Amino acid sequence: MLKLDKVQSGYGNKLAIKNVSLEIGKSEIITLIGANGAGKSTTLMTICGVNPCRSGRILFQGKEIQKMEPDQIVRLGLCQVPEGRHIFPQLTVKENLDMGAFLRNDKENIKKDLEYVYALFPILAERRNQEGGNLSGGEQQMLAMSRALMARPQVLLLDEPSMGLAPLVIKQIFEIIKQINKESNTTIFLVEQNANQALHIADRGYVMENGEITLTGSAKELLANQDIQKAYLGI
Amino acid sequence: MDYFIELFFSGLTRGSIYALIALGYTMVYGIIGLINFAHGEIYMIGAFTSFIVATVLSIYGFPLLAIVIIAGIAAVVWSSSYGFTIEKIAYKPLRHAPRLSPLISAIGMSIFLQNYVLLAQTSDFLPFPTLIPDFPFMEPIAHIVGSTDLMILVTTVVVMIALTFVIKFTKIGKAMRATAQDRTMATLVGINVNNVISATFIVGSALAAVGGLLIASHIGQINFYIGFLAGIKAFTAAVLGGIGSIPGAVLGSLILGLTESFATGYVSSDYEDVFAFMLLVLILIFKPSGLLGKATNQKV
Repeated sequence: MLKLDKVQSGYGNKLAIKNVSLEIGKSEIITLIGANGAGKSTTLMTICGVNPCRSGRILFQGKEIQKMEPDQIVRLGLCQVPEGRHIFPQLTVKENLDMGAFLRNDKENIKKDLEYVYALFPILAERRNQEGGNLSGGEQQMLAMSRALMARPQVLLLDEPSMGLAPLVIKQIFEIIKQINKESNTTIFLVEQNANQALHIADRGYVMENGEITLTGSAKELLANQDIQKAYLGI
Repeated sequence: MDYFIELFFSGLTRGSIYALIALGYTMVYGIIGLINFAHGEIYMIGAFTSFIVATVLSIYGFPLLAIVIIAGIAAVVWSSSYGFTIEKIAYKPLRHAPRLSPLISAIGMSIFLQNYVLLAQTSDFLPFPTLIPDFPFMEPIAHIVGSTDLMILVTTVVVMIALTFVIKFTKIGKAMRATAQDRTMATLVGINVNNVISATFIVGSALAAVGGLLIASHIGQINFYIGFLAGIKAFTAAVLGGIGSIPGAVLGSLILGLTESFATGYVSSDYEDVFAFMLLVLILIFKPSGLLGKATNQKV
């Protein structure tokens, strides 16, 4: 579905990610874990075309996308929920959701999808006329995810959905991620510092250190790996 | 009392013109964080375009209404294409440069356009043809409110309503608001930010062109330098109302126009600018982000 082949990207004259290769199959949940500053968010921004890809190839359904503009990439069905949620603060919840469907013209289906995300997160339906900036952190995360779903993505890229949230809310968010994956066969690429939670819902995982992929394996293997336990799981 | 009302309406007229220009400043600032100092020149070019078209058409004996409409459309199209081109040439290449660079580029563009019009036209004041006739129904109150004042007010209100509609309900308007609030996220939902920026420059320039046409026919003469002072005043109005805020730009413009008008009427026209800028300083001391501007508390 999505494949990165020796991708490099960075800021100024520094490389933030070096030779990153990874592969995400259809309907899988893949997680990328690593410490703060390892290059996880840069990887996502490079996939989405926001950060230029300096070398290597990014393939989506066999097609090279590393030279495409960000809006063309969204059109293909790759949607990101960025770190820090990036809610449009002065747009209402409903308008934020409308923005998610910005590139779509099928009014009937947009309406259906709106009902779907309201069912997924009933709190958003209650707050539909409130400004996005007035929501709590957890609600904003729900809104950010719903906004991405409004684009009917084939691959959903999630950047630190658990950041700054209460444990109960984190649990709820992760359950919903699993549900989205099951119900609509959406492929999920989950970037997390919260390795424990991420590996528990993922099929496979990649570990990133200093901009490079250092380890990969099934989620079970990674959870059992002693180095990972020490470094990321606090066991 | 008549005198007061007269000053009031002349202030509103002034304010409306400022508002048409100030909206361009504030919209561009809202989206790319740049004070487009060449915006006053766009207004001047709008005035010149309508001057040329109106003069030519009146030689050929077109009816007044046709002249106004054709000159208006020509000014809007011509100014918009200038606004569009300026952004592409002078600002887009500097999108990722330090903030000061596009600002200097804007000042350069402003000076260039002034001198370009000076060379292409003349440094003299040119008489602008009367485009707005004295309406017979305005006769009884003509000593208080002139027909051009009325036309300026009506046109401005219509343009503002149209603008509000575009920004609130159309797709491009929503894209503009989203881009102004969070550019990265706008990119990530699939908005082509370059197109939004171009659209903003086009809309802002079109409004300034309408202002240029109206003021030129009101005052009756134009030269290459009119954009500078009008631009500075409109910029002041935008800051007064809170730069980046669209209702703020309109409110700030009306307040500025009224202040100037009353200062001229009750004190002396020499003090017009003194009062205008005193007001600016006072408001900024007590409300640094302007009347309707949002306080900038950046999250870390």
